[in-house]
Amino acid sequence: MNWWEYAFMQRALVGGVMVGVLTAVIGVFVVLRGMSFMGTGIAHASFGGVALGLLVGIDPVLAALAFCLAVAWGIGAVTRRGALKEDTAIGIFFAATMALGALLMGLRQGYNVDLFAYLFGSVLAISTGDLYWILGVGALVLLTVYLLYKEFVFIAFDPEGARVAGLPEPALYYLLLTLIAVTVVVALKVVGIVLVSALLVTPAAAAYRLSETVGEMIAWAVALSVTSVVVGLLLAYGLNTASGATIVLTATAFFGLTLLWGRKD
Amino acid sequence: MADPLDIPADVPAVEMREVEVRLQGRVILQDINLRIEQGSFWALLGPNGAGKTTLLRVIVGLIRPTRGTVRVFGRPPWALGPWRRAIGYVPQFHHVDLRFPVRVKDVVMMGRYGVLGLFRRPGPEDWQRVAEALERVGIAHLADRPLRALSGGERQRVFLARALVTQPRLLLLDEPTAAVDVAASQSLYDLLRQLHREGMTVVMVSHDVGVVAQFVDSVACLNRRLVAHGRPEVVLTADTLDEMYGCQAVFFHHMPGATPHMVVRPDDAEQKP
Repeated sequence: MNWWEYAFMQRALVGGVMVGVLTAVIGVFVVLRGMSFMGTGIAHASFGGVALGLLVGIDPVLAALAFCLAVAWGIGAVTRRGALKEDTAIGIFFAATMALGALLMGLRQGYNVDLFAYLFGSVLAISTGDLYWILGVGALVLLTVYLLYKEFVFIAFDPEGARVAGLPEPALYYLLLTLIAVTVVVALKVVGIVLVSALLVTPAAAAYRLSETVGEMIAWAVALSVTSVVVGLLLAYGLNTASGATIVLTATAFFGLTLLWGRKD
Repeated sequence: MADPLDIPADVPAVEMREVEVRLQGRVILQDINLRIEQGSFWALLGPNGAGKTTLLRVIVGLIRPTRGTVRVFGRPPWALGPWRRAIGYVPQFHHVDLRFPVRVKDVVMMGRYGVLGLFRRPGPEDWQRVAEALERVGIAHLADRPLRALSGGERQRVFLARALVTQPRLLLLDEPTAAVDVAASQSLYDLLRQLHREGMTVVMVSHDVGVVAQFVDSVACLNRRLVAHGRPEVVLTADTLDEMYGCQAVFFHHMPGATPHMVVRPDDAEQKP
């Protein structure tokens, strides 16, 4: 039987491509706004949520969403009040939620095979239900970006200028944090907690070096991200390697190529 | 110039009473009383860390004073409503990623986003305004260039065009010549004088004491407090400068009758709050 005849491979490809598009688009704003570490912090916050969900028997994805939103807004609030620098706030929240997750997992009996799937992704175990969830939530996120495109570009470029121009910059910032949190949770199944920030950052960072406008950057990021997902999945199937890790390393290889051929500044 | 905003001509452009600003416990500005009439041209002088940038940020509504009242065209700067477009602000843009993938005309268009409102895309009229603003500052030919390909002086003009694109009545500039060579500074000053002649109120933070004194009609000397303010020839005395800059100021009179030339001991590490 050929690889494309397996239903699990078909679901993996469809799910992976949808997630690849979503993370690429949001990742462009993450990279432009200089929030790469924020993406990593929010992603790791989901570990506490997943662990709690597995322990008490609620849907780990929903628990992860609650944790990611709480941490994203928490970091935003602490930073904007000027109490802490952003990277310090991220460092604290991120370590605390990881510790909480580890503590909760310790309370759970037996071998944590599910947790491993959430940590490193299990693209080959994506169900049809997962695909509908990715499609629905992803469409909502992309629609929001489409409607508020010019505002998100402005606050990424010059948040202060946006406030002076009369845009509701704080609200837009929190909305962007919300979109990042939602995107992270949607991408969890495909690449896992540890690697999801790579899908947010790497294709967008490669695209940054190839683009003269934000529109071009989004197009490049989506193209590189989707290619990385498809090539990575096929390599993982052929080489029998971990799918999430193979996808991320493929994306990293593309980024390496842009270092050689992208603009030099 | 037609004024669709209906701002009364007799209300001061900026009025500050007893303004105090504390940032993270530190007093940055204290006892500021200032009245800037419409149509005037002010220079805001002072040493590094004197609170010049903070004062501009209070006027544009980015910082609320801890004490005292601020009025811009008679309204609080954070409640200007449609009059917000009457303020044009040219910040020091070192907080901006100058390699950001964006074209010059798109940066200028950002100035109109507040007028456009959420969700709406720019139309032909907005692009017309962008073209006019670029023409005004003399860089119409750079409209389609990426921002990162520009020189310091050209970038400064892009941010000036962005401030002008809403046709403001009050223009605030934070050290507009900081990253610009002498020739470019001179032509920027010429442009500001032209805008002033057409009726715009201009407030400019500067270090260029000698140059500025030649063409502004009022000067405010700031060192956390307002040391002095008024007409340049009255304000810019050795005593004032001494009080403002401490003992760092050295005052030169090259020849009788010429504008005094002042040298401040170099201290390039500008500290921003």
